[in-house]
Amino acid sequence: MSEDGVDRGKRRFLIALTTGVGTVGIVFAATPFVLSMNPSARARAAGAPVDVDISKLELGQMLVVAWRGKPVYIVNRTKAMLAQLSNNVSLLVDPYSKVKSQQPPYAENIYRARKPEILVVLGVCTHLGCAPSRAFTVGAASGLGANWPGGFFCHCHGSKYDMSGRVFKNVPAPLNLDVPPYMYLTDTLIRVGSDKKKGAA
Amino acid sequence: MEKLIAWIDDRFPLTKVWNEHLAQYYAPKNFNFWYYFGSLALLVLVNQIVTGIFLTMNYKPDAALAFGSVQYIMYDVSWGWLIRYMHSVGASMFFVIVYLHMFRGLLYGSHRQPRELIWIFGALIFVALMAEAFMGYLLPWGNMSYWGAQVIISLFTAIPYVGNGLARWVRGDFVVSDATLNRFFAFHVIALPLVLVALVFVHLVALHKVGSNNPDGIEIKKKKGSNGIPLDGIPFHPYYTVKDIVGVTVFLMVFAAIIFFAPSMGGKFLEHDNFIPANILSTPLDIVPLWYFTPFYSMLRASTTDFTHGMLAVSTVLVAGLAFFTRKGAMAKVASVIIAAVLVLGMFTLEAKLWGVIMMGSSIVLIFFLPWLDRSPVKSIRYRGALYKGALTVFVISFILLGYLGTKSPDAVSLFLFKNVLWAQIFTLVYLGFFVLMPWYTKIDKTKPVPERVTFK
Amino acid sequence: MKKILLSLLLALLPVVAHADEGPKLDHVRIDLSDRASLQRGARIFVNYCLSCHSAAYLRYNRMGHDLGISNQLVKQDLLFAGDKVGDRMQAVMPAVEAKKWFGVAPPDLTLEARYRGTDWIYTYMRSFYRDPKSFSGWNNTVFPHVAMPFVLYGWQGEQRAVFSTRKLVSHTVENGKPVTEVSEEKVFDHFVLAKPGTMTPKQYDQSMRDLVNFMAYMAEPAKLERIRVGIYVLIFLAVFLVLAILLKKEYWKDVH
Repeated sequence: MSEDGVDRGKRRFLIALTTGVGTVGIVFAATPFVLSMNPSARARAAGAPVDVDISKLELGQMLVVAWRGKPVYIVNRTKAMLAQLSNNVSLLVDPYSKVKSQQPPYAENIYRARKPEILVVLGVCTHLGCAPSRAFTVGAASGLGANWPGGFFCHCHGSKYDMSGRVFKNVPAPLNLDVPPYMYLTDTLIRVGSDKKKGAA
Repeated sequence: MEKLIAWIDDRFPLTKVWNEHLAQYYAPKNFNFWYYFGSLALLVLVNQIVTGIFLTMNYKPDAALAFGSVQYIMYDVSWGWLIRYMHSVGASMFFVIVYLHMFRGLLYGSHRQPRELIWIFGALIFVALMAEAFMGYLLPWGNMSYWGAQVIISLFTAIPYVGNGLARWVRGDFVVSDATLNRFFAFHVIALPLVLVALVFVHLVALHKVGSNNPDGIEIKKKKGSNGIPLDGIPFHPYYTVKDIVGVTVFLMVFAAIIFFAPSMGGKFLEHDNFIPANILSTPLDIVPLWYFTPFYSMLRASTTDFTHGMLAVSTVLVAGLAFFTRKGAMAKVASVIIAAVLVLGMFTLEAKLWGVIMMGSSIVLIFFLPWLDRSPVKSIRYRGALYKGALTVFVISFILLGYLGTKSPDAVSLFLFKNVLWAQIFTLVYLGFFVLMPWYTKIDKTKPVPERVTFK
Repeated sequence: MKKILLSLLLALLPVVAHADEGPKLDHVRIDLSDRASLQRGARIFVNYCLSCHSAAYLRYNRMGHDLGISNQLVKQDLLFAGDKVGDRMQAVMPAVEAKKWFGVAPPDLTLEARYRGTDWIYTYMRSFYRDPKSFSGWNNTVFPHVAMPFVLYGWQGEQRAVFSTRKLVSHTVENGKPVTEVSEEKVFDHFVLAKPGTMTPKQYDQSMRDLVNFMAYMAEPAKLERIRVGIYVLIFLAVFLVLAILLKKEYWKDVH
């Protein structure tokens, strides 16, 4: 065995080539494994849009439906609740819904809704994912202090949101509650999970 | 980079391990085709573990859910079909490779002194692999899975007195059931893989302690250069790493061709009867284990009452004869007489079913004794005489035909003239004879002189 | 070495596979790339089979996607009221109910083509005949005494089976003496179309081919993708093999 007269350049080139092509191969081989961990057809089917009939939702009441395994809060807000929303502005982190990720464009307003009365938000606290509970009662009776303007309260770590799901300052949660994509099929039928007119799966 | 390696070397023997097992591990330079299967076995082991982990993410070890969860993997999980086929085809390929790897040992005497422990660890890997495959086969909970497990676990009932209790204990129920599935899952995904990996590790440690054998069966360490390096040795890395990459690629092409174009292999790798869920009320018409178990299954079925009695009678005479004609001491004579007495007693008390199990068991146990059964002065088949060459050829043919007969009904005539069961009996005798008679025919075999150095063109 | 391999091969030569006993099956050509056929088969399956049998591992939208039917059309033509496109294909009749009617629960058919084979299904669907002695009024030469009534008789019409008799000679040993027994066995010979259906036999065979084609798709929806990916994988490996061989040759120049 000897290494005399070895073309080192050729060796280096061949090594680089096989390593390169081999790496591509390994990446290709790994892809199906990585992709297999994505939501399966079953999970996607369960994540299909949900149609919700709100004709029986009374003023000041809330309806909870499941979409993609998460609770969706649908609230029929009273005139008083809506009036309070503009008063909260100075207490809020993002009163005008400027953070794009938290709602579709049509909810970038203080109502965070397509129609001011009907609020549709995900009941998932933006802190660590608990489900905030309703705290619609205003003032001391809520147990959240005399100044409580009504909204949602998360028991896990004490995050507070107003009646538009906007987060208050100085609480653990950083962002407003998510508004899912949704649309009105009729005046009383909401499709949660899709805002496109044509065939979403 | 060098600094980092120095930092690691102070804390972990990285460079040392690299050198001892790759860069300065000297392997004989004359490895041929048969020497690919060791690294390929390792590759398939990794394939089984990785695909297995991803299957476990979606599989449910529950009698009510198992079959559906496998179909869920096939239909709903992205690329789930590929991962499952890689695992199911991989299982069969594992056995192909391991059988060829073992055959390599028989060809070149890789089991001979000083490599007895490597061989024993290897035989243990083979046994663990059979257990792993058997338990994994139950998991899809298809009808063939179910009845296969039912039949094989029933083998335990052949053991006198404790057999029925033992079978119940293995199943955790009176039939194969949810409890069985759940414990097989535990064994298949964690217990046996750990055992396998540990055994593969010690198999390699033992190999690297004594060094690799080669097609000439020459110890390359006996001829060293002035630098202490075997004259016929080359560093494993880079020479055998680049060579194994070629072998791996060719194997992957075969593997991929099966996975993508014939994953069921016409019912040989995935059986038709396993496409319906387990049904306690309907046994598949032909219960056949997967192909890699059929040689042993054949031996089990070969043991009819007449056959076992005949075999026992012959063995008794042989052992008794040995007692009278052997030149060994009195102890050996007494031992032979006792063994003969036990055989005669067993012949009249135990049923054929148990002898079938014993025969199947000894067909595997004998493999462990191979290093001591082989008395030839040479290792490699290249320098052995006609006797060993003939014996090995007949042995391999018998093994393959036993495998073939294992897939057929015992009463049918699949070869020529005789019923399958008779052929299976003949081949069982050949199989056992290959081992039992080995001390005799390897000793009297005419061998050729072994050269000083390996042959390398 | 080569001698051993050669002798192994020679030894295996006399091994001839013997066909298993069973009814003679007609061969059906499966072509998973024939979308029109698959779509026709899907329609037959959903409209007729799915009433009693489920195909519970397949989802409607997957089928639509693979067969080139839009979700909109799947909804219009193939879905039952209340089902969603992402749902699995469940039978209309609940299994418990069906068991009451037929005595056995109609099996799930998703994997039938891989369990029985396509030729079996094709022959089975064309082998129903009138049998007044049977519970449902129908019998089948491929699956004798099958519980399933012949749903498609409107299409095929009514067949009658013509049997011939065959002498069976068996040799056994009783009390040490050889005994030869001769018995007669009814063997199916051919069918006669007693009452034609709405389809000609050719049309009916064509429809059954479509149905079986669809069932072959259903038993392994990933098959076409599998083959497509496989070709790319093999091409890639072939290229890599060339590189690997060059690399190996380059290094092994050192070894003399």
